[in-house]
Amino acid sequence: MSEILTFKDIWVEYGEKIVLERVSLSISEGSFVSIVGPSGAGKSTFLRLALGQEAPTRGQVLLDGKALLPQCDPDRGVVFQRYSVYPHLTALQNVLLGLEFAKSPFLGRLYGKARRDAIQTATDMLTAVGLQHNLNIYPSALSGGMQQRLAIAQALVKHPRVLLLDEPFGALDPEIRLEMHDLILRLWAQHGLTILMVTHDLQEAFKLATRVIKVDKRRHDPHAPHRYGSGIISDVTPDKTKPVPLDVTTLLLPSSDEV
Amino acid sequence: MDEAGGRERLVSALMRRLINIKPGQGAAFMLGALPLIAIFLLYVQAAAERSAANAADKLLPTLDKMGESLSRVAFHPDVLTGKVLILSDTIASLQRLGVGIGIATVVALVLGLALGVVPLVRATLAPIIATIAVIPPIAVLPILFIVFGLGETSKIVLIAVGIAPLMIRDLAAHVAALPNEQILKAQTLGASTWQLTLRVALPQALPRLIDSLRLSLGPAWVFLISAEAIASDVGLGYRIFLVRRYLSMDIILPYVAWIALLALLMDVILRGISREVFPWYHGKGK
Repeated sequence: MSEILTFKDIWVEYGEKIVLERVSLSISEGSFVSIVGPSGAGKSTFLRLALGQEAPTRGQVLLDGKALLPQCDPDRGVVFQRYSVYPHLTALQNVLLGLEFAKSPFLGRLYGKARRDAIQTATDMLTAVGLQHNLNIYPSALSGGMQQRLAIAQALVKHPRVLLLDEPFGALDPEIRLEMHDLILRLWAQHGLTILMVTHDLQEAFKLATRVIKVDKRRHDPHAPHRYGSGIISDVTPDKTKPVPLDVTTLLLPSSDEV
Repeated sequence: MDEAGGRERLVSALMRRLINIKPGQGAAFMLGALPLIAIFLLYVQAAAERSAANAADKLLPTLDKMGESLSRVAFHPDVLTGKVLILSDTIASLQRLGVGIGIATVVALVLGLALGVVPLVRATLAPIIATIAVIPPIAVLPILFIVFGLGETSKIVLIAVGIAPLMIRDLAAHVAALPNEQILKAQTLGASTWQLTLRVALPQALPRLIDSLRLSLGPAWVFLISAEAIASDVGLGYRIFLVRRYLSMDIILPYVAWIALLALLMDVILRGISREVFPWYHGKGK
């Protein structure tokens, strides 16, 4: 499998505060990578770098071998924990939006046959996430789980090279979360997606991902807690033939050469 | 409802804290009507007493007298001009108000969006708009009279200049406060700055613009009446200030009530439009 997303010797600093230090990571096409770690360790910084929301202080982020501009572009789709869908658009219009942006630079709207085709594409995508009966409903009338389904459909209709998920199921009920796990695994397999997911739920990470990466500080100075940034302290490939063990923390202990 | 049930409900209402006693729809309507009816009855009573003491009293004219005077200006053409006064006054005032508010709204929409969406525009224009906003508009009225003359232009400009800065700032703040996730997501869907403005920011700005327009109607009327009071020959404000010289409360009071009714109507219409066109803004998902 070829490399699709590469972090090359990344440092992220906010003034005195060092968030990430000398981080290198290659993500191969078709993999499902999950980033875990304690709060404030810089998991989400990873996602923001990949998204282009911010640029590393040093180092490079490469997509298909090309350095990313520090801005979001349609080759990377994203689903946030909240606010991913537009409240003023119905479910169908939310998914249509990406198609309209692509084909109508001035009006941002499609008419006639182009619109009918786009509606067909969008409806198919909404059917794939199980929202075929809610096409003309505004997001405020959808449950949290359905809103996240909509956000996923909205992102996937653009066929992004990489799908970035930022705690996408963190605000959902446990039951709904399980349904969403099945959905995302099915879409991942069907569409051959490459997924980078940030989560604080280790069970979720081990259940879904083909590769779990733990981010944390390697060194800690109690007198200057921001002096050292986080790095990758373990990089694990879960055994998919066995069920996820109840306690997965031991699987994430730092590998000996790193300490 | 039987008496026992009614008493039970009353007792249960009295047992609760004041903040937890909420009127039903009918009760709320009655409560809201109460002060209006009270003021009306008080006025009728006071006017009757004064009129009994002095039939020529001008300060609190009776309803009959107001109706008489009103019919003179509302239903009979003026002897000098041949026009129905209240009609020509209303048309003149509403024209000034409409054009002034229209200009302010368009300017607020364009600038509010630009300021809210584009950081460079915000950095450039926000300070100057904030500066203009703190100048009391009536203070620049003399300048407007000097620059634009005493005609329609200066009155319209006063209304527009008076309400636009606040509307611009309100809209810009609202657009800038849209969740950053929405802006990032639009870019991952391939939106250019223009497309993002058109499909993400504009539709979410419009209902807010109507809100801020509704709040600006009050100040807009103030500026209109002020400008008409100072220099005009027709208009609702002009008429009120003209007949003040003759202590004509019988004309002033119906005119004030008429202005209140017009303002209320505009507010109701704007709210109706907003609810009809932007159901998602009012929490109606389907």
